[in-house]
Amino acid sequence: MSIFDGFKFRSESSPIHEMDPRAKFIYVCILFSSAIIFNNIIPLLILFLIQMPIVLLAKVQREWLRSMKASAFFATLIFAMNFLSLYFYAGHETICSITERSAAMTMRFLVLIQTFSIFFLTTSPDMLGLALEQSGIPYEICFAFTTAVRFVPVLAEEAQTIIDAQRARGLELERGNIIRRIRNYIPILIPLIVNAIRRSMELAETMESRAWGAVKNRTNLYALRIKGRDILLIASSFVILIILSIYLDLHSGPINNSDDALLNRRLRLVARIIKIKRGILTFRLRGCKRPFEYAEHPRLDGYS
Amino acid sequence: MELAIIEAKDLTYTYPTGDRPAFKDVNLKIDEGEFIIITGPSGCGKTTLCRCFNGLIPHFYGGRLEGEIKVCGLNVKENPIHKIARHVGMVFQNPENQLFALSVEKDVAFGLENLGVPREEIRRRVDWALKITGVYDLRHRAPHELSGGQQQRVAIASVLAMNPKVIVLDEPTSFIDPLGAEQIFQVINSLNSDLGITTILVEHRLDLISKYADRMIVMNEGKIILDGDPREVLTSDEARLIGVGIPKATLLYKALKAKGISLDGPPLSSDEACKLIAEAMSK
Amino acid sequence: MIVMENVYFTYPNGVEALRGIDLKIEDGEFIAIMGQNGAGKTTLVKHMNGLLKPTRGRVLVDDVETTKVSVAKLARKVGLVFQNPDHQLFSETVEDEIRFALKNFGFDEETIKKRVDWALNLLDLERYRNVSPFMLSGGERKRVALASVLAWDPSIIILDEPTIGQDYRQKERLRQFIMQLNQQGKTIIIVTHDVEFVAECSPKILLMREGKIIAEGEAREILTDEPLLYQASISMPEIAKIFKKLSALGLPSKVIDLYEAANILYERLSDIR
Repeated sequence: MSIFDGFKFRSESSPIHEMDPRAKFIYVCILFSSAIIFNNIIPLLILFLIQMPIVLLAKVQREWLRSMKASAFFATLIFAMNFLSLYFYAGHETICSITERSAAMTMRFLVLIQTFSIFFLTTSPDMLGLALEQSGIPYEICFAFTTAVRFVPVLAEEAQTIIDAQRARGLELERGNIIRRIRNYIPILIPLIVNAIRRSMELAETMESRAWGAVKNRTNLYALRIKGRDILLIASSFVILIILSIYLDLHSGPINNSDDALLNRRLRLVARIIKIKRGILTFRLRGCKRPFEYAEHPRLDGYS
Repeated sequence: MELAIIEAKDLTYTYPTGDRPAFKDVNLKIDEGEFIIITGPSGCGKTTLCRCFNGLIPHFYGGRLEGEIKVCGLNVKENPIHKIARHVGMVFQNPENQLFALSVEKDVAFGLENLGVPREEIRRRVDWALKITGVYDLRHRAPHELSGGQQQRVAIASVLAMNPKVIVLDEPTSFIDPLGAEQIFQVINSLNSDLGITTILVEHRLDLISKYADRMIVMNEGKIILDGDPREVLTSDEARLIGVGIPKATLLYKALKAKGISLDGPPLSSDEACKLIAEAMSK
Repeated sequence: MIVMENVYFTYPNGVEALRGIDLKIEDGEFIAIMGQNGAGKTTLVKHMNGLLKPTRGRVLVDDVETTKVSVAKLARKVGLVFQNPDHQLFSETVEDEIRFALKNFGFDEETIKKRVDWALNLLDLERYRNVSPFMLSGGERKRVALASVLAWDPSIIILDEPTIGQDYRQKERLRQFIMQLNQQGKTIIIVTHDVEFVAECSPKILLMREGKIIAEGEAREILTDEPLLYQASISMPEIAKIFKKLSALGLPSKVIDLYEAANILYERLSDIR
């Protein structure tokens, strides 16, 4: 389960924790896209290393280390699979190039794990729920999300109690063949489900009793504000993407194999994405219910 | 003429899957500011009855509600729950299932957010409600970290923040330990005595709370059997026969009376009983 | 007989729930384990049927260490009725529910039939034999849970918070039932914070606080010891409260029973007259 530790919120006081989840989400999207776009080991390695200061700033290095250790198994698997398939099916490539490619795929996996891990480690579920609300997602869905998160520990505890109660009546979960073992879980699943349903009925009663649905436009106790550092994060992400794109374009030779043509197409796609994302970003920022503060006005030089 | 804040006439309700009415021919008038305890054996209909006070019956549960019931001037059958909920707050038995936000503060704000109250007003009322129920220091904690008694006080705060005229509490201390229950009863009493909120409490544990009530109603098998001064109700024969949890102090008084010793009384709490016995002994 | 020697227990999340428990429960005793929520009461009783194994120290049930036997085997002797019957009920009929444990323990069909009949009768559930347990009321479901544990006739019966949500009549019935079981030779252990109920049953009491047993003794002694009860975060029973306050008038201070109280007062007051 330690791979999941890297995705569970950990409460710390750090600038990363206090950042607006929407900014962090954009950061994740950009890095995710970058990781998918680039095939070579250098940019992927850069993407990996460039997030290290963020991990340290967020004070989550221990959890990060744990999730890296846990992903080591899958990472090795990915490396081995890529290596072997390239070795047997792309015969004209050199060992060096195969190794490089497999390492790149592995690095891509690690970058993805790391990016999402940073997001979930530093964003509490209620901040996340709030971000969903303020991004225009219907309140019912956000509510379902936060309530689900709220009740996960409760349900986990209840599951354990049910298991204990049935074991105390002689139920032996480990006994028997595979069919018997599956059937052994019925006395656990049924009370769990029935109680979950009962609980949701009680919750519904409470919601109704607190005037759920009284007014079309709910107000909110909290409001997320985009601050200067959030803009900084978003801007930096774009900058990274642009720098990498430029770097690669400068370092790519003549288009003499399908790979580079693919890369070129991707770079053009990146340019388009940046233009679109800037558009979305401006739109989202305008959609905020409160005015936001800038620390510095972002300057995004378009790449074309 | 004072208008009753809750008025029920010939009220009868049958659950959708029920073959018999849960309660029948209930006639009830509750004035503003009263503190009423409703008690009776399990299944007598008291929980069902109090669900009518905020519209859960008939709107949430369905079924057949006959007769008339008006709460705060609103006809319950004709008004949606969210309209009635502005005036009548309800606290339920299980504290865990009344808290769904990830922090205490957000939970207390929930009702106000639903009503579209502006942010500054929400903040003001949330802080006020948290302070009155004594959980202000817990406002940033997650509900899962709190004890049952603390959770229930947060639930009361959530209802209080909506500024209701009536608060209905359905066996709020069932799952709470005695010390936590005592704290909750004190909060409930202050809601009535300090803030003037009409309080309707459904309870079995009468030892600690009877002394605060203005009026006691005993139900049995879907009917109201007794309705009046707690002292009279608790010393009546019917209460004993129905099987109401009469406070020990009152039982002691009755036991002595049966032996021929009459104290002034009847007492509803251990403090009162002490005073009466001390008086009798000093004569 | 249950023996616990220097038992420590820490949960996987690091919480130390038991800190050096030593106790001995003889056969046929009637014990109430009391204390605040979080004192470790439920953790303690879960060691008695092997659901939890101590991180340090030993637990012996009838001279067998719980670490050496399976939970199912221990459960045969030690029946634990959980607080919430809805954590147990899953069958289509009440009868099936009672059969469940009997089947698990490997009883033969004839014995199962007899035991089911007996348990249903004992708790007045015969009319619900073919009814789904989910259709029953809260109090009835609690009786079904109890019946399903009694059916296999364990010699030690542990009840975790049996009075929660029960009205006066149901508590009376439960009290009489428990005392009857105890008179028949069963060892009864109840975990509860219901002081009034304990005052009426008058068992031996174990007071717990923060994972330790802070007191052990007769109900009359423990429930009238105000500072001790304060430490365990329990309130005094009403009758004891009255007599405590009247102790200045020369009345005995260790009274917890209603009828005893009435008799004492009757004698005093009729003397005065």
